[in-house]
Amino acid sequence: MRPFKYVRASDLDAAALAVAANPRAKYLAGGTNLLDLMKEDIERPNELVDLNRLQLNEIKPLAEIKPSGDGVSIGALATNTDTANHPLIRQGYPLLTQAIVAGASPQLRNMATNGGNLLQRTRCPYFYDTALPCNKREPGTGCAAREGLNRMHAIFGWSEKCVATYPGDMANALYALDAEVRIKGAGGRERTIPIGEFHRLPGDTPEKDTDLEHGDLIVAIELPGSPFAKNFHYLKVRDRASYAFALVAVAAALELDGGTIRQARVVLGGVAHKPWRSREAEAALAGKPASEESFRRAAEAALLEAKPLAHNAFKVELGKRAIVRALLRASRLA
Amino acid sequence: MDDDFDETSVPELTEDEEALLEEMPALTGVGPTRRTFLGQTIAGGLGLFALDLLAFEKALAAVSPSPGAAVAAEPAMENLVKVAFKVNGATKTLDLDSRVVLLDALREKLALTGSKKGCDQGQCGACTVLVDGKRVLSCLTLAAAVDGREVTTIEGLANGDELHPMQAAFIKYDGFQCGYCTPGQICSAVGLLEEARRGDVSHVTEDVTATSTRLSDDEIRERMSGNICRCGAYPKIVAAVQEVHSGRQAAQTWRYADEQQLARVRKEDADAAV
Repeated sequence: MRPFKYVRASDLDAAALAVAANPRAKYLAGGTNLLDLMKEDIERPNELVDLNRLQLNEIKPLAEIKPSGDGVSIGALATNTDTANHPLIRQGYPLLTQAIVAGASPQLRNMATNGGNLLQRTRCPYFYDTALPCNKREPGTGCAAREGLNRMHAIFGWSEKCVATYPGDMANALYALDAEVRIKGAGGRERTIPIGEFHRLPGDTPEKDTDLEHGDLIVAIELPGSPFAKNFHYLKVRDRASYAFALVAVAAALELDGGTIRQARVVLGGVAHKPWRSREAEAALAGKPASEESFRRAAEAALLEAKPLAHNAFKVELGKRAIVRALLRASRLA
Repeated sequence: MDDDFDETSVPELTEDEEALLEEMPALTGVGPTRRTFLGQTIAGGLGLFALDLLAFEKALAAVSPSPGAAVAAEPAMENLVKVAFKVNGATKTLDLDSRVVLLDALREKLALTGSKKGCDQGQCGACTVLVDGKRVLSCLTLAAAVDGREVTTIEGLANGDELHPMQAAFIKYDGFQCGYCTPGQICSAVGLLEEARRGDVSHVTEDVTATSTRLSDDEIRERMSGNICRCGAYPKIVAAVQEVHSGRQAAQTWRYADEQQLARVRKEDADAAV
């Protein structure tokens, strides 16, 4: 690991100033992904500003999970474990609970924060291998995965510059739940970004995972009131039963009126540079009876535009079956 | 391998190695021991391994001859952080390079080598310790970040000579083979008990909106999935954790041989050799 200055920020403004003043400074929250990447010499900050050392009155609002309007506000510094198990989340947004506990391991979820989870970087093996080219790690060097081993990679939204996938689970549920991300800018101004616009597709600048500016700090994730607390399912398909990244994941949520689908959410994980919300599948489900036949049509619609790479065509069929399965579970037909 | 390897001899180090050893802040206090060890390791023909250790100590960059390296000129002690935290009940104060992770502070500075370094990147769980009672990975935790916190390692679980119930259960069920992952497994299992008491859910919990504090074997398997065991002792680990969690005692299925049995075996061996 390269040398870095470790700073314990006592208040948020001081933390923001410290990061804003140094283009190579980074915030440290749970550190589970950042320290891993620093050990691998992929992230090279020369200063870490530790947010966990803020004074109690500063840290409390950042780590809180509390009612907000008819929804819930989730502090960016709350851990994944505390978030998944909070009564407000388990009762009101159980899809989010399922998604969080599908990721990582209990130890990592005890450490990882919600803000950091949103910002975790791809696990593309070429991104991690500093001996090989990667446009995300070193812009302009090329994409080793495009013609390399790309079984784990994207089938939607990729570019010639990058075929990596977003690895997280939590965000897939947040996309289905219409969350917003509250950001505090380097100048102290707050703004919110709809979760659907938070992550980017790679395009010509795969080094940018999001549109956040240097010094921006995620302070909270806002969840609106949700009609999806009854019929939901997070399905994760991976190479082993637990503690692995998704080949394909599906966050499925239904609002049912008797046997009819009033509205639906279908978000795929592990298939693109960001969680992939399928408006096509959702449109195919709206107003239709909750049945296996409807779910199959929606799954076909969701994968219609998929563009698999050399080694991941299986994700197309797997994605369809995973959608049907997740919707069957969400509607309690299976 | 060098056939003349003599563990009491201290071989000559190259100029680079001398410089490295002088500049390594992590070795202050344990210097001579570590230095002898490194020397011996090199003498033993494991030079590559030793160099790797040096790299792991993060010192190579500080004396790198490569003129292109931006960090080459920075002295190794530049980013010193004072850290005070409780380890197994005792307060420790350390001056550390900011890069030192909790695992290395425990092992290299405090000689608490129970916590193991497996993958060093959060994929195996061998380094699991409890921070303020919660299980975390010490390889991905900066030592500086546990300032003011309470760390419990495998060394701190027993109460004097009385083993923690989880330690006793691992022995009773023979929940390990080589033992390398065991400290992490046990610390993880201790953390699991408290999470279960709180009613935390897992990936295999059928209804996450309902609260249950009773774990099935499937629940234990999922909740222990952050701890990898290459020997495959999983069935016995699950049995051990289940017994402590549920309080349902099962009879131990093995016991140590007594002196009489040992004598008999020795005699049989001797007879067979005749």
